[in-house]
Amino acid sequence: MKSISTSQAAPDRSRDISQPLERLSADERLKAGSDQLRGTISLSLVDRITGAVADSDAKLLKFHGIYQQDDRDLRDERRRQKLEPAYQFMIRVRMPGGVCTAEQWRKLDELARAHGGDSLRITTRGTIQFHWVLKEALRETLQGLHEVLLDTISACGDDARGVVCSVNPAVSGIHAQVYALAKQASDHAVPRLRAYHEIWYGEERIAGSEPEEPFYGRTYLPRKFKIGFVIPPSNDIDVYAQDLGFIAIVENGRLAGFNVAIGGGMGNTDRDPKTWPRLADVIGFVRADQVIAACDAVMGVQRDHGDRRDRAHARFKYTIDDHGLDWIKGEIERRLGGALEPPRAFAFTSNGDTPGWQQDETGHWHATLLIPSGRVVNRPGGAWLDGLREIARVHTGTLRLTTNQNLVLSGIAPQDRPAIERLLGEYGLLALQHATALRRGAISCVALPTCGLAMAESERYLPTLLDRLEPILERHGLSQEPITLRISGCPNGCSRPYIAEIALTGRAIGRYNLYLGGGFHGERVGRLYLENVREAEILAALDEVLGHYARDRHAGEHFGDFTIRAGYVTPVLDGPDFNTPNERRAPRQASEEVHHVAFCP
Amino acid sequence: MVNVPTSSRPALGDAQWTHVQALADTLNNDQLSWLSGYFAGVARGRQPDGAQAPAPAAAEAPPAQGTASGARPIVVLYGTETGNSAAVAQDLAARLGERGHAVTLRDMADCKPAHLREAQDLLCIASTYGDGDPPQPAVGFFEFLEGRKAPRFDGVRYAVLALGDSTYERFCAAGRRLDERLAGLGAQALLPRVDCDVDFEESAAAWIQALLPKLAPVAATAAVVQAVAQPEAAPAGYDKRNPFPARVLDNLVLTGRDSSKEVRHLELSLEGSGLRYEPGDAIGLRPRNAPEVVHALLGQLGLSENAGVALKGRHLTLGEAFASELDIVNVTPRFLEHWGRLSASAELEQLALPDRAAERAAFAQANHVIDVIRRLPAKGLDAQAVAQALRPLQPRLYSIASSQAAVSDEVHLTVSALRYDLYGQARAGVASGYLAAHAGPDAEIGVYIQSAPHFRLPAGDVPIIMIGAGTGVAPYRAFMQEREVQGATGRAWLFFGERQFRTDFLYQLEWQDWLKSGVLDHMDVAFSRDASNGAGKAYVWHRLRERAREIYGWLEEGAHVYVCGDAARMAVDVHRTLSEIIVEQGGRDEEGAHDYLRGLQDAHRYQRDVY
Repeated sequence: MKSISTSQAAPDRSRDISQPLERLSADERLKAGSDQLRGTISLSLVDRITGAVADSDAKLLKFHGIYQQDDRDLRDERRRQKLEPAYQFMIRVRMPGGVCTAEQWRKLDELARAHGGDSLRITTRGTIQFHWVLKEALRETLQGLHEVLLDTISACGDDARGVVCSVNPAVSGIHAQVYALAKQASDHAVPRLRAYHEIWYGEERIAGSEPEEPFYGRTYLPRKFKIGFVIPPSNDIDVYAQDLGFIAIVENGRLAGFNVAIGGGMGNTDRDPKTWPRLADVIGFVRADQVIAACDAVMGVQRDHGDRRDRAHARFKYTIDDHGLDWIKGEIERRLGGALEPPRAFAFTSNGDTPGWQQDETGHWHATLLIPSGRVVNRPGGAWLDGLREIARVHTGTLRLTTNQNLVLSGIAPQDRPAIERLLGEYGLLALQHATALRRGAISCVALPTCGLAMAESERYLPTLLDRLEPILERHGLSQEPITLRISGCPNGCSRPYIAEIALTGRAIGRYNLYLGGGFHGERVGRLYLENVREAEILAALDEVLGHYARDRHAGEHFGDFTIRAGYVTPVLDGPDFNTPNERRAPRQASEEVHHVAFCP
Repeated sequence: MVNVPTSSRPALGDAQWTHVQALADTLNNDQLSWLSGYFAGVARGRQPDGAQAPAPAAAEAPPAQGTASGARPIVVLYGTETGNSAAVAQDLAARLGERGHAVTLRDMADCKPAHLREAQDLLCIASTYGDGDPPQPAVGFFEFLEGRKAPRFDGVRYAVLALGDSTYERFCAAGRRLDERLAGLGAQALLPRVDCDVDFEESAAAWIQALLPKLAPVAATAAVVQAVAQPEAAPAGYDKRNPFPARVLDNLVLTGRDSSKEVRHLELSLEGSGLRYEPGDAIGLRPRNAPEVVHALLGQLGLSENAGVALKGRHLTLGEAFASELDIVNVTPRFLEHWGRLSASAELEQLALPDRAAERAAFAQANHVIDVIRRLPAKGLDAQAVAQALRPLQPRLYSIASSQAAVSDEVHLTVSALRYDLYGQARAGVASGYLAAHAGPDAEIGVYIQSAPHFRLPAGDVPIIMIGAGTGVAPYRAFMQEREVQGATGRAWLFFGERQFRTDFLYQLEWQDWLKSGVLDHMDVAFSRDASNGAGKAYVWHRLRERAREIYGWLEEGAHVYVCGDAARMAVDVHRTLSEIIVEQGGRDEEGAHDYLRGLQDAHRYQRDVY
């Protein structure tokens, strides 16, 4: 490592951990006073008068991987019935790199049937979420996971969230190495969380003089922190959306190390110019054996300098924009004890998954199944939950969950392929392989009815939206053109909408913001094109722009790039620029068929 | 000649007894009655040790006609839960008072052994609840009377009016028990017991009419009606016979989706009625039969809805009578008897035999009127004959779920809609079905207030333990509203049971608010069908068990205990559990616990409203 060249100016520390608690946000005080995240959770669990937990415990539970939610479809109805909301919990499993064994899958399946409303949901961070879990079933669910060595520690909360990793079936050797690092990083970066073992497993509290959380202290991080590992040329995990991304550099077929990217994040608040989605900046290169140290250094900077007075401004991306990328980089290098090497060359081609069968260099097969919105349930005509259970009874490899909400049956020996293939056919698990490219790549967050943040439908609306967009694509001859479409029920962006070529974020029931111009492989944030509009306006606008794209695109030109070149949107150059109003330069075109299209079944 | 067993003679020598018998043989009934009063008067005037004392006034001046029984103190004793017996008793006492009798009106709930000793003529009106049980407040009286410590009633005359519901197997059992026991203790019946069905008014009036001459009048003395435990007077104006047409303000389902039950919350307007009620009171409500049931029955009978019938002198159409006047659902003994005749059914004839009571009851339980008619049809029916086979449609009582201190002109009630299948057809409870289907906002329902003096809040600083299952939680909502408005300082603890937490936690948000504001201090719940109970089911008494020590502590500090809801299981289990808690926590034996609970009851600290 080279020595550090830049001299560090004194940073502004008026909003960070150096300040006394009373000057920081209420959440900081809650964390500090929570007895290392124990709070009154144990008491809340035995309170029979409510299906909820105390408000403060609901916040602490996130660190335990548990979100309190309620069935929002029933909220009004139950209020009139003098019943409290139908409280329930979402449990997010910590599954580094999205890899689980068939045995683990069978347990997930069993728990989903027992407590999770017969549903497993693959998340946009490549893990499994249970929904519909009642308070009294929490302990049993977490103990069930524990039986197969899974936990939910810090799956939510102000800490290192689940660590994601590219799936890349075709390069299994590299994947194994990168995945091992992802798992190591996750195990290293999560809080020790003794409270978890006490509350959920019934372990005794151990008295000790050592601090319980040597890295995190009593107030943890200012906000969630996301780490991801990616293996080019696929950018399936959207590395630019991570707080800390590691881009694998493979040279001569060997893993040389990682480019380090920092400061990505999707969330923003509508009409608040102090918030923006931001893509990560690549700041250097580290060897594989420096990855853990790099995690500590980067997270340490955020822990010590992140904003703890305003949670809407507490993500690492704002710390970087407040202090300047150079200063942050210098601080990271100071903590690492040396300068980062310059980043090495790499190239992404897509941020999607490749559906269907692929064979790796060892001859093993990998089947990527497209799971719309990641929802694994039994539906009429597609008993996918049953089907995957059957497969998990015979499958000897692993299952990999992708951040595009899909599922890869991995490491299938050639002789085992026919049996798996037969089950895939029997349960209709390959139904989507030949859908339109738009449908194959579309992502949605959960939103209604379970997510407390949702302002509009997302998962439940996506199929309808696609049904209405497909005839438009068909008419313009774009059915097999890969275009990324992502929808979120709120501006927080769990489906990573701001880096999709077409993005919708919910504003109210039936109303969305429409963003255009995101990069096809996640390299550019989109621009707000229409604000707070209904479906008819969205379809009309897309009909116009897609039609234009079909006529005038250059060879190989992606839709997102076209919308910028054709002048529909101006490109977003950096975080704050996201809030600059669009300037449309493209000429208005007649769209006489819009209404016909908008309402065709 | 009455054959009185020797054991019941209080130490009369044989010679004395011969005199008495000889005299008695010469006397008519009225003379006998008078003499019994005369001797009683003499006895009262003497010193306890039997020493001669100045003769009492009554004995000094026997009535000129020699027929009056004015010297015989009359006690009118009633056992009531919903107020019907109390109403009859009040009526009787008033009539006796008008006729110059010295009458004491007494609730069995407050009747002490000493009070019984005052009576020379004991006139009892008692209702029966559940499985042949006396009214809850009268349970202690029955225990005393039927127990070893009961006094002799030699020389006492009595009469019993029994109120009940003929659809229950042990119809009027409480009255029957009273009748048999008083006779067994040496009392003499003034007239045979009369058993009344739910339409008791006419039979009760006839009973009073028959009774009055037996208690021959005293001319022109001032009325002396001494009301010891005067039931709270029914609010003026509207009553059972003249219900107030209350407008429905709201009618909503409290139970959430996928509940196995349908429990409704109704809000009615009492505006302009002048009706007042106290927390703990009940509301009487006149239901109507469901139109589809009326039509089905008319169709099955082959009778026109326009056929004319006369009911108690009123002329109306059969359709109207079926809709609002007659119980066209429940199979009663009266119906079986009439229909047996009309249909000439051998099966019903068999059932009518005296030794077939159990089968008769089972048959009545298993069939609605329409099922009997369908299976055992009759030919050549006329509307009047059918109407006469049916008893009047009865009002239904619901515990009031509101306090007027909080809701002023409104009254709230909690109604569990009864729904079930019989012979492959969906059936609904008459009243609850009516409230579910035909009591939407702005509909009008005939209501009256039914006072419940035995279900009352104590002073605001006294702790209360409220135990209820299902709709039995209704009066506690009234209690909490009342205490909230009062700013009462007494602690409150609620035990509530239902089937499922998710859907059946009646008024959940309100209890949560009261817990937050401190109006309610503790709440324990048991949801019998929740998976979280593990293998077994959980009921309220399980929760009582879990909190045994604290509960006993509260009792020792003077807490009042309330039990409301199911009589058959819940109230029994709760009673047993309370007894066990007292044994365990108070170091008493079973009898000690029994006495402890009896003591609570006597002090009105253990009050039950069970059904």
